[in-house]
Amino acid sequence: MRHLLSTRDLGREQAIELLDIAEDMAAVQQREVRKLPTLRGRTVVNLFFEDSTRTRVSFEAAAKRLSADVITFSAKGSSVSKGESLKDTAQTLQAIGADAVVVRHQASGAPQTLATSGWIDAGVVNAGDGTHEHPTQALLDAFTMRRRLHGDASRGRGLDGARVVIVGDVLHSRVARSNVWLLDALGAEVTLVAPPTLLPVDVSAWPARVGYDLDAAIDSGPDAVMMLRVQAERMHAAFFPNSREYSRTWGLDDARFARLPRTTMVMHPGPMNRGFEIAASAADSAQSTVLEQVANGVSVRMAALYLLLSGEREEAA
Amino acid sequence: MAVRPVLQQADIERALTRIAHEILESNRGADDLVILGIPTRGVILAARIAEIIRRIEPNAPEALAGSLDVTMYRDDLSHTRTRTPAPTDVPVGIDDRTVVLVDDVLYSGRTIRAALDALADIGRPRAVRLAVLVDRGHREFPIRADFVGKNLPSAASERINVHLREVDGEDGVSIEGGVR
Repeated sequence: MRHLLSTRDLGREQAIELLDIAEDMAAVQQREVRKLPTLRGRTVVNLFFEDSTRTRVSFEAAAKRLSADVITFSAKGSSVSKGESLKDTAQTLQAIGADAVVVRHQASGAPQTLATSGWIDAGVVNAGDGTHEHPTQALLDAFTMRRRLHGDASRGRGLDGARVVIVGDVLHSRVARSNVWLLDALGAEVTLVAPPTLLPVDVSAWPARVGYDLDAAIDSGPDAVMMLRVQAERMHAAFFPNSREYSRTWGLDDARFARLPRTTMVMHPGPMNRGFEIAASAADSAQSTVLEQVANGVSVRMAALYLLLSGEREEAA
Repeated sequence: MAVRPVLQQADIERALTRIAHEILESNRGADDLVILGIPTRGVILAARIAEIIRRIEPNAPEALAGSLDVTMYRDDLSHTRTRTPAPTDVPVGIDDRTVVLVDDVLYSGRTIRAALDALADIGRPRAVRLAVLVDRGHREFPIRADFVGKNLPSAASERINVHLREVDGEDGVSIEGGVR
């Protein structure tokens, strides 16, 4: 694998291979020595143009557990705030000798630009770009679902027949986009539930069903319900009347949670707005996978970095 | 390319039986013994050796054989195409036990070097021994096998094929290619 930019160009085989490697990485997390020498001497640069704690820390932990050197670079307090362009930043990283660049950017397509511009030779991992994609989040979601559904027999399997409901701000959610493509590739059936104002204009080409009624989706007894965060920082227009109304119509509150089958996973990519899109009772229940998702994130990112940085460098596609 | 058979099914059977006896002799029984195969075919050989040991010593512990993946410890990860790791499954703690590593072919010794590193991250065995079905020479490290099925001097241009019925449908070892 040369870059990991989106789940849309991951095939089923490739995705399952990555998830299987993540299983091996997860096994390493159970050992006394939670470190592998695999990427010794390699440099991974975390390039974060947008605030993020969990994704950045997760990538940092993943790279360190593979013995890579990690340099974290956040736009705040760096030359970017002085007006440096993406190209100059990239060329600086090239001069430092970065082997992989993990990039989060507020502009959709920034990682793609970085990967294809010829500014750098490093492999690029998209850690979230604008409202486009967040592939490692989708991979860790799929990994979490696969483990809950198949347990120790997860290896080599997809998510065939699993029914997943994704609820909330689909319009701004890169997590939702990455999940739609990946879950479809793995054989799951995806239903998007959102206010019409928070859906993209035309989703007919997406491999997902669309609904507007959360209660109906809950009563269909899905295998997983994924609540998306309402991204206040991207709410620049009147998408819904007020937060109480959103919470009442689209939130996973106590009553809705009680109607879910006991086997349904409650997922959230974090950070959660408790009491808004998800009730505390649901977030803290045994059905909640929130903390598993965080733990699995490290394993999945280790697998991604391994695939990116091992093997002879393929020519840029 | 000429393919020359070297070991048949019965030969492999006999070699593994002898290795099992030698392991028991040097370990004075099956106590505190862990037999770890290196994927893919080492794991199968380790399971077979463990089965033979249990036949010889009915009191041998149930959890005897496992697998040790060394992919993440190799020194050639950036020189060849990406390798897909295999699961590691160590049945019991290896601390203060005797670990017998099992592989199909011993060649440069690089796999075993990686395996020693991998073992060190799992625990501290009392001793580590090495059993291989075929030793073909050409070592690049100061590593030797304690238990050898067959010494098979070979040219670097030749290929040693080990087939085991569990994955290949039949048992057999053959040499392929090279200038004779």
